[in-house]
Amino acid sequence: MSSLLIEGGRVIDPAEGVDRVTNVLVEDDRVAAFDVPANGQARIINARGKLVVPGLIDMHVHLREPGREEDETIRTGTAAALAGGFTSIACIPNTEPPIDTQAQVEFVQHQAKRADQANVFVVACVSKNREGKELSEIGQLVEAGAVGFTDDGAPIYDPELLRRAFEYCQMFDKPILNHCEVRELTQGGVMHEGSVSLQLGLTGMPAAAEDVMTGRDIILAQTTGGRLHVMHISTAGSIELVRRAKSRGVRVTTEVCPHHFTLTDECLRSFDSNYKMSPPLRTSVDVEACIAGLRDGTIDCIVTDHAPHAREKKMQELDRAPFGIVGLETALGLVATELVEPGHLDWPAAIAKLTCNPARILKLPNKGTLRAGADADVTIIDPERRWTVDAAKFRSKSTNSPFVGRQLKGRADTVIVGGRVKYVAD
Amino acid sequence: MSIDTLDRSSPPRQWTHRHLLSLEALSAEEITLVLDTAAGFKEAARDARHKIPLLAGKTVANLFFENSTRTRTSFALAARRLGADTVDFSSSGSSLSKGETFIDTAKNIEAMGVDLVVVRHRTPGTPQLLAQNLGVSVVNAGDGPHEHPTQGLLDVLTIRDRLGRVAGLTVALVGDIQHSRTARSNLWALKRLGAHVILCGPATLVSKRWEELDVEVCHNLDEILPRCDVVNLLRIQFERQATAPFPSVREYAHLYAMNGERLARAKENILILAPGPINRGVEVTPDVADGPHSVILEQVTNGVAVRMAVLKLLLGGRS
Repeated sequence: MSSLLIEGGRVIDPAEGVDRVTNVLVEDDRVAAFDVPANGQARIINARGKLVVPGLIDMHVHLREPGREEDETIRTGTAAALAGGFTSIACIPNTEPPIDTQAQVEFVQHQAKRADQANVFVVACVSKNREGKELSEIGQLVEAGAVGFTDDGAPIYDPELLRRAFEYCQMFDKPILNHCEVRELTQGGVMHEGSVSLQLGLTGMPAAAEDVMTGRDIILAQTTGGRLHVMHISTAGSIELVRRAKSRGVRVTTEVCPHHFTLTDECLRSFDSNYKMSPPLRTSVDVEACIAGLRDGTIDCIVTDHAPHAREKKMQELDRAPFGIVGLETALGLVATELVEPGHLDWPAAIAKLTCNPARILKLPNKGTLRAGADADVTIIDPERRWTVDAAKFRSKSTNSPFVGRQLKGRADTVIVGGRVKYVAD
Repeated sequence: MSIDTLDRSSPPRQWTHRHLLSLEALSAEEITLVLDTAAGFKEAARDARHKIPLLAGKTVANLFFENSTRTRTSFALAARRLGADTVDFSSSGSSLSKGETFIDTAKNIEAMGVDLVVVRHRTPGTPQLLAQNLGVSVVNAGDGPHEHPTQGLLDVLTIRDRLGRVAGLTVALVGDIQHSRTARSNLWALKRLGAHVILCGPATLVSKRWEELDVEVCHNLDEILPRCDVVNLLRIQFERQATAPFPSVREYAHLYAMNGERLARAKENILILAPGPINRGVEVTPDVADGPHSVILEQVTNGVAVRMAVLKLLLGGRS
């Protein structure tokens, strides 16, 4: 039996209500106990001045493999995850071909095992070939290990299909993750519709396009009893819809990306395609609503929507450049700098949104906590470490980030997956 | 304080920009400098025998990724009348149809030794992208609905020539504001120079949000017309509209076409501008387009002078 002691750190385990300075003993691939003194363990990691938290979980990552390996592979994506402090990620099935069969799920799992870095959980397609017409073989996908269902990249458009999906997924207690966007209202859009888009002459994507579908989805979740997870929420209107739905007892959860609580549509004045994502950067009112939603618990999770695109694709005219930015390697620093440092969230609240909350939504057993017997996935965070985002140091294959050059405070120091140290910051 | 007094009290003006990407980025002084420079080129603009070889040995490349007749011709003439060589590139029949990216195309043309690139493109921000990726000066000749700086400059030059000033005038931009780069460039130039700007057209093409920029928004042309010193009629850009913004051309013309009947209710010396091309019978009826208030052809002549001024300031402007 190999043993590892993480000594003297501030241990935060929101799932168990723990927040104190102590030692954490890891035996093999499990968390064994707290409060164990240093006493001949095979390895001791000094974590004084650092945070010791359950391995971070990002439930919204585009790994691009299979099909778009020029943007990212499962190997490079999981390496980027580790560098960002994430021990587990859930990958979204809008690959080429999409992940809509048992064989596809097993391919991803196999590649992740080969890469042997972060854990990869598969979110599979709601519909066959992501076409939005017929349900995929959800039961078999669950048997293969799918943890949720989405057609992300595209919304689940047909309300009848969504209703069936909610009903069917209840048999397996799996959530439906939807990208909420009424496409008729956003066609040709490259940014949020508002004063800035008007002045720049860029086609806008109104907040209403997100809100109308969020509202529809909530109503269908309510009437079916299904479990809805609203992906990458970005508008004040949608956040309010989720807040009210939760208060009525609708089974709805949601997530927000760091760019939506840090940046606004004003950034588009640079015409830089690294500010082009879907949903688009909204207004300062929406940024405030995201922060308020994080504070009051309306927003359950922080996710990256890590969307790598090779440079030649992103370096195009704004209407041709694809939507999305990489996020795995900047998310934790942005949470620390933009949410914890200004006092919007304390560390335990922030960590909950990166650990036990996504683990609860996706029902990941033994993840997102440090209780005895849990998987020994641990992230040690240096909350004081100041660093500058440098694209040349990204482990992701792509560098499409609007945060390059930004000064951040706080980053992953040591990342342990299954009891093995997989990443140490330089 | 009027702009005129401001101008007289300013120190000698200097041109410091390497590119002309938008009028939003220019100050009143800089706009006035272009207009004054253009005024000196009016003779040459009208007459090919008045060549001014200020840019002899320079090469100007016209990169037009979107159709244009008048703007491209105007830039080419402006360059040649200053003694520069010109090279024309248009996207049809080029490597773009072979899959080459737009930046690669531009870099290849730059590598052939050009000094300045004039670019027109369907996408806002494309000139900025080129300016970041090329080592030469870039002039925006229209980037989708964003800006068309030389059009804005030639419109205010025409107004200033005819009415003697811009400050204090009431200028209405009428029509498809949503899709009009001419509207946006005019708006910035007119605001900088102290005019009162009214945006007028159907609510689907003229957002109330424009009021945030301290301009007037009105959907009823007949209501504002009596107050206008200048009306600039913008073309309905059917090709840029994803969904129909009004029920029919007939209804649009009924509400917004500048016709003889409307003109009779306007100020006596009202100036009618249109950036062209115009849809005759839609934005303006032929009697008005060809009538005494129309300065449509004068705009075209001023266009050459303004473009000469811009080329001179960007390529030889530090003299």
